[in-house]
Amino acid sequence: MAKIELTRSLFIKNALKSRYPQLAIFIVMLVGYVFAILAGLIGTPVGSRNFSIVFVWIAWWAVLILVAVPFFGRGWCAVCPIPLPGEWLQRGAVLSPPDKKPKWPNLRWPKFLRNIWLQNISFLLLALFSSVLLTTPNITGIVLAVMLFAAIGLSMIFERRSFCRYLCPVGGFIGLYSQTAPIELRIKNKQVCVACEGKPCYSGNENGYGCPWDVFPGGLTKNTYCGLCMECIRTCPHDNIAINLRPFSADLAKPSTRIDEAFKAFIMLGSAMIYAGVLLGPWGTFKDAAYHVGTSAWFIYAIIFLAIIFVILPGFFTLGILKTKSALPLKQRFASLATALIPLGLMFWVAFSLSFVLTNASYIFASLSDPLGLGWDLFGTANAAWQPMLTSILAPAQTLALVGGLIWSARTAQKAANEIKTSSIPVIAFCFIATLVMFWLLV
Amino acid sequence: MKRLELISRILITVAVLEAIGTPLFIWARTPLIHAKVAENGGWSPDVIHANAGEPLTLHLTSDDVVHGFAVGQMDMQSVDVMPGKVTDLTLTFDKPGIYTFFCTRWCGLNHWRMRGTIEVSGSSSDPAPASPPLYIFLGLNIDAPHDAHSIPDGRPSVISGQQLASNLPFEQSVDYYHTHSPYQVFKELKSTSLTEAQRWDVVASIWQSNTTPESLANGQHLYAQNCAACHGENGAGNGVFADKLAAAGETSKQNMAGDANMIRQTPANFTDPARMLGASPTLLQGKILRGGMGTGMPSWGSIFTPEQIWDLIAYLYSFQFEYQR
Repeated sequence: MAKIELTRSLFIKNALKSRYPQLAIFIVMLVGYVFAILAGLIGTPVGSRNFSIVFVWIAWWAVLILVAVPFFGRGWCAVCPIPLPGEWLQRGAVLSPPDKKPKWPNLRWPKFLRNIWLQNISFLLLALFSSVLLTTPNITGIVLAVMLFAAIGLSMIFERRSFCRYLCPVGGFIGLYSQTAPIELRIKNKQVCVACEGKPCYSGNENGYGCPWDVFPGGLTKNTYCGLCMECIRTCPHDNIAINLRPFSADLAKPSTRIDEAFKAFIMLGSAMIYAGVLLGPWGTFKDAAYHVGTSAWFIYAIIFLAIIFVILPGFFTLGILKTKSALPLKQRFASLATALIPLGLMFWVAFSLSFVLTNASYIFASLSDPLGLGWDLFGTANAAWQPMLTSILAPAQTLALVGGLIWSARTAQKAANEIKTSSIPVIAFCFIATLVMFWLLV
Repeated sequence: MKRLELISRILITVAVLEAIGTPLFIWARTPLIHAKVAENGGWSPDVIHANAGEPLTLHLTSDDVVHGFAVGQMDMQSVDVMPGKVTDLTLTFDKPGIYTFFCTRWCGLNHWRMRGTIEVSGSSSDPAPASPPLYIFLGLNIDAPHDAHSIPDGRPSVISGQQLASNLPFEQSVDYYHTHSPYQVFKELKSTSLTEAQRWDVVASIWQSNTTPESLANGQHLYAQNCAACHGENGAGNGVFADKLAAAGETSKQNMAGDANMIRQTPANFTDPARMLGASPTLLQGKILRGGMGTGMPSWGSIFTPEQIWDLIAYLYSFQFEYQR
């Protein structure tokens, strides 16, 4: 299937080139974000009735994992308000670059941290506390505030969007899964970039800022680190940047060779499976252990959690590919073949999220009218009763997601194996067993 | 461009300040009364001030599970306090004084500790004279063992007792009923020619004659709402919290004074004839009014009216006697 350039439409191109539509969305998002922090801190401690829990972990999460990531890749990053205040300080402006820049150190991000290990760690940190985080408004409020202030702080020390690129726990997995999305930002003609003087897409000019994600668009081959911030569309003097509609998972045809990204795939796959068991499963002991942070039961839970992600899943995977014939060293095969786990993990998350999103979506109505639990009734829905939605399609939809994910990952495994000239069978077997386990946990 | 930059900055600043300021302002002006299980603090605030004769509006919310709210000795329907929702309630107190409000839902093991006070100020023309409860007036030690030494073989029958009692020259004043245990009356009937079973039947008929079906129904209602959590629906001391109370006693045994603590944590069994037939209404009234110090038995003196307590006592004896309904 060929690519379709969306930016050929003047309407789309102008909407992306102009700062105002994006700024308007940013402001709305920032207001929502700040309100979520406030609601978490001063609103009712009852999670199901607090805006911070309901809008972040049910509404936003549903939109993110069921729509934004699968269809728009880093679409969320394009409108995420977290970098806004920090960038305002860093750039000294909220619109186009000013004549004089503020004198922040603007340091380069340390070389040894130029990978996604910090994001892997930040995600795991939240994941280990997720039972508390997802149900306690206070904690959610604090975590949201910490993320906002961390982004501001890093903007004042380091150049560009260091928080988004290297620290954001959400940005890490969005980047991984954005490779499967049917949308991409790419250059139109490589020769134009080669000949381009000054590379304003990377270093900025009067029309916009140098890539906040520290990426040279001319070299983009996958979505992972492109935040869809649209700066390069604004800065490119040759109109050489395009937003394309493309087949799903186009980026996965060229498998990654990076071990941090391979482990990201395992972290996400393992977390989805563990959550399905702990948060949705019938085992009270696990739920209790996950919830009572700091107790010995929780430490055991944390150890099992980390063991599944770092030892058991990668261990079985490695055992599977150990004996396959290949010219490549094991580490490289591991990284390349783990690419198959990207669509699998995404669909695991879709299947898992469908369950709790459909179960809890009705909380959105009540929370919309009384976001802080103060007895308001803004839209007359404050007393909307909790009611699971679309329960009849839940199991079929989950089955479809899991089976679809398995087929998708099998195809990806074949392509990745072809690319490095090895067998895809162990990887497909691994995906098959993982899907069976997930199916047993969920459906 | 400069102007647009300025407008954008103002817009962002105003929007963010608005998002924080407005809710914060409203929040600060919404005085909620928060309910939490007693282990996490109970009512907050737990002292409320009001003026006699002026309506007092309360905004109640629960921070965890479903609680209930009612004010003791006041003619009001208890209201449910739902998690994360706000229940508004307006009360007017006619007389000044200190009122007790309490949780009416079995929210947890220490449910009965969920209490607070409403201090109603104002001038009162007729301060109600405080009279000591009957058990203090009589000098009755309500903590002393009071078991009946003899108990009937089956449940005494009121019908047979009524026929027998009509032939007896027997005093049946309310005071007599209040101050005597069934076992004491049984002993006093020894002078008659009745068999032991007949004497118990007469006792049952005396107890029935001192209550009414309305009274029993009211007592049953109060019992189901306030007592059954620990004492059990059927009075056997095996309510839903009984096991947990025993377990709590087990823990307290380790750092408190010994086995007695644990035993006393067990809710009283009203189906035990020795215990119930040996207890006079005054003794039961004392226990209900005061509560059992050191056990989980709450004090109900500030919550039930005297009539409610007598209704409840009448109902408690129905675990022993076959009353006519």
